Amino acid sequence: MPDTVKLEVFRYRPEGEGAPVYETFEVPYRDEWMVLDALNHIKDHQDGTLSYRWACRMGVCGSCGMTVNGEPVLTCATYLEPFLPGPIRVEPLHGFPVIRDLVGDLEDFVEKLQRVKPWIIREEEKPTSEGEYLQTPEEMDAYKRYSMCINCMLCYAACPIYELEPGFIGPAAIALAQRYNLDSRDEGARERHEVLAEHEGVWSCTFVGECSIVCPKDVDPAGAIQRYKVDATLDFFRSLVTPGRSP
Amino acid sequence: MRRARDPFFWGLFSGGGMLTALLLPALFLVTAITAPMGWFGMTGYEEWATLAGHPLTRAGLLLVAFLAFFHAAHRFRYTLYDGLQLYHLDALISIVTYGVAAVLTVLAAALLILVV
Ligand code: SF4
Ligand code: FES
Repeated sequence: MPDTVKLEVFRYRPEGEGAPVYETFEVPYRDEWMVLDALNHIKDHQDGTLSYRWACRMGVCGSCGMTVNGEPVLTCATYLEPFLPGPIRVEPLHGFPVIRDLVGDLEDFVEKLQRVKPWIIREEEKPTSEGEYLQTPEEMDAYKRYSMCINCMLCYAACPIYELEPGFIGPAAIALAQRYNLDSRDEGARERHEVLAEHEGVWSCTFVGECSIVCPKDVDPAGAIQRYKVDATLDFFRSLVTPGRSP
Repeated sequence: MRRARDPFFWGLFSGGGMLTALLLPALFLVTAITAPMGWFGMTGYEEWATLAGHPLTRAGLLLVAFLAFFHAAHRFRYTLYDGLQLYHLDALISIVTYGVAAVLTVLAAALLILVV
């Protein structure tokens, strides 16, 4: 095992040289180190101005997503080891405007996420005196997988359609819409349909499937999208034979 | 209208994909293996011609051809649209790809009625 490994880090300092550059840092190599540990070592010992996001260091908060040697990954859950002997190239997530160094602008995703109303919608809330909304294990299984999303946006970075058609609502937003659509307590599927049934909703997706490959939480957004397409299509053809039904 | 277009063509696309995926291996098995080997009878031309000429077989074949053509058209449309990034030509591309599929479907129907 080498004693050190080189990292080529994407640097963008809008007030400085203007155009992005790659800066090479040499850090100690440790078998148990993740890419994030190497970045933290740079920040602590070599250049305190290096900017990037992280918080939990355990694959839960979803903030440390970056592009490592071309692949979108959670840097806190990605060992240095497979990239030996290096150099390891660390860049911000693709598909998002860069604010500074490895920090991307997430406004677009946050806005899209809100558009699909990722919360439980009820036509009428029952009074608390009537108790909680109970669910069977099967009812929970129907949406549980989609509820594991940590909003890390690796799926957006991996999606070629999101890059080509910036209006596309995107994999995680659709998976989260399905997380609520498939929840037995939810009654908001009609409202979400307004957004999902647009061309820039599910129909922009051509099932490249990269989103499900890179997802660190095994959410399978591609599956969620195809499932929605099937349901929307069946609804549409049903509405043709049943007058008075709107698709 | 735009809202109806997406599920309509995607329905033909996915229906075509599913049907051909299910049917092609079966057709291959029958025409390339079991029939030439004479495993289940059905070896003579006459028997096959009678089977293929049955109105239900013709209708089934037409359905497969129709969906398969639209499947291919849809895929080709997106290959041009996303693959070559010809976003501004979407209307033209759609008309040409689905149009060719429609023409081929009509030709298939004519063949099935006239020839078989
Ligand atoms: S679906 Fe997966 S890759 Fe996409 S934001 Fe959620 S956890 Fe991340
Ligand atoms: S730091 Fe929280 S997911 Fe990586």
